[in-house]
Amino acid sequence: MSNIALEHREVKGSPFLRKLVRNLTMPQRIMAFLLIMLLIFFVIMPAINLVYTSLTFSLSDRRLPQVVDRGIEVVPGEFTTVHLERVFWSKLTNKMFLIPLLNSLMITFGLTALSMIIGSTLAWLVVRTNLPWKKGIANFASIPYIIPSWPIALAWISVFKNTKIGGSPGWFQFIFHVAPPDWISYGILPIIICLSLHYYAFSFITVSGALASIDSRLEETAELMGASKSLVMRKITLPLVLPALLSAFILTFSKGIGTFGTPAFLGLPVRFFTLSTQVYSNVKNNLAGDAYLLAIVMILISSLTIYMNVKVIGARKSFVTISGKGFRANPVKLGKFKWVIFALVIIFILLFVIGPLYILTWQTFMERDGDYSLSNFTLHYWIGPDGALGKAGQLLGEGQAGILRNGDIWYAAWNSVRLAITVSLLAAFLGILLGYSIVRGRGTKLASTLDALSFAPYVFPGIAFGAVYLSMFAKPFGPIPALYGTFSLLVLVSLAKRMPFSSRTGTSAMLQVHKELEEAGELVGAGFFKRFTKIIYPLTKSGFIAGLLLSFITTMRELSLIVLIVTPKTKVLTTMIFRYAEGGYHQYGDAITMFVVIISLSGTLLIRKYQGTGLAKGIGG
Amino acid sequence: MAEEKRKVKIKIEKLRKAFGEVVAVKDIDLDIYEGDFLTLLGPSGCGKTTTLRAISGLEEATDGKIYINDKLVFSKKDELIVAPSKRNVGLIFQSYALWPHMTVEANIAFGLKIKKLPKNEIDKRVKNILADVHLEGYGKRYPSELSGGQQQRVAIARMLINRPQIFLMDEPLSNLDARLRIEMRSELIQLHNRTGATTIYVTHDQEEAMTLSTRICVMNEGVIRQIASPEEIYGRPADMFVAGFISNPQMNFFKGIVEQKGAKTVIKAGGFSVEVPKDIVGNRNEVVFAVRPEDFVIDPKGTSYNIKTRLPAGSFQIAMANNGDEKDIALMFDGEEDITTGEVIKLVIKKDKFHIFDKKTEKRLN
Repeated sequence: MSNIALEHREVKGSPFLRKLVRNLTMPQRIMAFLLIMLLIFFVIMPAINLVYTSLTFSLSDRRLPQVVDRGIEVVPGEFTTVHLERVFWSKLTNKMFLIPLLNSLMITFGLTALSMIIGSTLAWLVVRTNLPWKKGIANFASIPYIIPSWPIALAWISVFKNTKIGGSPGWFQFIFHVAPPDWISYGILPIIICLSLHYYAFSFITVSGALASIDSRLEETAELMGASKSLVMRKITLPLVLPALLSAFILTFSKGIGTFGTPAFLGLPVRFFTLSTQVYSNVKNNLAGDAYLLAIVMILISSLTIYMNVKVIGARKSFVTISGKGFRANPVKLGKFKWVIFALVIIFILLFVIGPLYILTWQTFMERDGDYSLSNFTLHYWIGPDGALGKAGQLLGEGQAGILRNGDIWYAAWNSVRLAITVSLLAAFLGILLGYSIVRGRGTKLASTLDALSFAPYVFPGIAFGAVYLSMFAKPFGPIPALYGTFSLLVLVSLAKRMPFSSRTGTSAMLQVHKELEEAGELVGAGFFKRFTKIIYPLTKSGFIAGLLLSFITTMRELSLIVLIVTPKTKVLTTMIFRYAEGGYHQYGDAITMFVVIISLSGTLLIRKYQGTGLAKGIGG
Repeated sequence: MAEEKRKVKIKIEKLRKAFGEVVAVKDIDLDIYEGDFLTLLGPSGCGKTTTLRAISGLEEATDGKIYINDKLVFSKKDELIVAPSKRNVGLIFQSYALWPHMTVEANIAFGLKIKKLPKNEIDKRVKNILADVHLEGYGKRYPSELSGGQQQRVAIARMLINRPQIFLMDEPLSNLDARLRIEMRSELIQLHNRTGATTIYVTHDQEEAMTLSTRICVMNEGVIRQIASPEEIYGRPADMFVAGFISNPQMNFFKGIVEQKGAKTVIKAGGFSVEVPKDIVGNRNEVVFAVRPEDFVIDPKGTSYNIKTRLPAGSFQIAMANNGDEKDIALMFDGEEDITTGEVIKLVIKKDKFHIFDKKTEKRLN
């Protein structure tokens, strides 16, 4: 046999060279090394650049009063504290930093509290009681998490819009002939409510998962010893779901602090700012240096919550995974309240889950905004031609065609789709590579560095990450030309932001493939490429495809990440919605929103079919 | 010994494997002869699987050398590591590692396809090997559609088809139920007799090691404690660890006091006293004296022991007994022996069926 001859050979050559060659040809090491380089280049360097830019002059700083008054000469790229001063120590500090910060914190605490109450109550009802039609309720209750967060805000505007801001009145004023007060129409209260109606789904999913995994024997043992139901709840059940509650709290909080769409729709018309919308508005007003400092503040707050997450949950995690059979013989009997509670839950779903989508759909069929009568029905905003006239002879939508006949919207849709396809393919592929390098290299420094680095983008709120990329790629960087205004920049930023999720799906898919399955191939002489294509890929395929679909949906519905870097040439559906809503063309915005909602829902149903799980499971990000 | 004249198939020199701070294998030397069925036996974490994986080439050892067929396949000093596929070894994993997305045939044929054998040759060999392992007609099924025993046979077939000279088996029977395990043991013995291939078998099950092996290598904490035939290991354990590990129920260890009665040297332990040649104990005053549970017999002239519990198991029975010492001793008798709990019986040790160990070094003295 030919391989015997190889073994006969004397040991020749340099041991050092042999070791070098071996290390350089270990697939998981080369890949880990390349991926680390990639992550440094696309995550770490941009973050450093953000700090750098906020501490240096740029050309547009010439018109800043602090510069003009003192006669300072602006040399682009030179160190300056002018942005620090403007944001943290000037007359502007209140307006630009403290009030937005306070607003952000109030909104975040409010929405976290409200969404946890709604989410955990629903979770308890669905998992632990004899409520009828639990599976259906669970699926409907998970819908808000699948669709983007801002449709609820758009629906809120449709209902509670008042004439004070200008434009047509909303549904409420149409029915009751009374304008709702400003604090109901816009600002902090509606923002908290709308966001809670989206983010409660997170608490719902986490807490119901934890409740379902508690072995009912743990509670039954206490009951046998004579503990009352409420004592069992306080002393056994609550401590066991506490880690889940904590993780729901911290994750909702860190998401809430960075949220952009809803505060933009419900805040900007009345000049109510949060950190995220302030970043946006500063960038739009050519105050990039100030915007970047605010972005850094957001990143710091977000890092702090994630650090707390690791500290608090990390230490307690050990008893989240109490996995008994998860079988519950005796659900809590709701008694005579059963049907009352059932009715309330159904009303909640109809009003707050189905309702907003129903209103948005209805609005797309209204010729004049705010007139809910049947005579106002039109299909123009879906299929109308250019320059169509309304019943009163007015130009509909300023002469724009319905979304299905509108070249502009088709262009944006095409951009959205090709962005989502490119990003999801690349993200899923990188995910498998990341998973392989991390799982197979487990225990090595290289792998743990890679693991940590791939998680880094998670710390950046979407709008801050967008700001990071804006600051980095507006100019040529290394071998990369200036990317501002190009499609590639959208791909890069979306891909980089997806890395934590890709790496997580890739890692969990790779953990399913026992090392021995690969070794069995190695033993009979299958090289790395053969092992990857014949063994690893076929076995991780379902995770690969689920990850792909999930990336597709999240990219389709992404707004805050790309709103700063989209240009007319690279516009996508979500940014079109944002522009339409800003300009008061609600029918167009709502029609496109419904389109995005349908894509998100059907995509998730597809994943569900593929993985055989419910809507309530497998949603991340 | 005769064994020394046989050809050494695998030679391991000063093999060491550390995982960070933990040293799993501590500089072991081991010769494995052509045609051996050598079992690496020891508790979990003793380094047996690591040793096996180092031989296969799947694990890179930290130091040492491995020769297969007199050819160096691993040498840390030279940074030489011959790829697993070039070592002419076949391996059966504990999990079998059958590829779940491939049919039985595809699993078995994979290695041959890698070697780019002609298709009709592959088909012929797969068909023959399926017949060898009594799996005709199962070729088109997927591993998940087979029973544990059948999966085991597919794993064996997948190993055999590449015609390796050395079989490596990592606890291959541990996932099977007790009855099937006994059945597969005899199949493995037949396989070894038929092929004559040098086999290294890893297990923590002493009974499995006793039934299968031509030689047993007992390991603990990364060190080889004894290499010998199963009879030798059972009859003359080299140290207290081996004596304790190869015993079911547990070996009875007594504190043995050495007394000089005229010209006779006597060891007194647990109420028994035996006479031993003087040179065994030397000038020690105290030794460890050990007797297997099955090496006691009931005899009216014996030492009194009170039966505290009785665990009948059909063909045999185990009893825990005490003679006033703090420690109970384990006894094993025939199923028919008439014993009742609370009864006082008289025991003697079967002739020469005792083991004497040094108290400090724990090494065998007799």
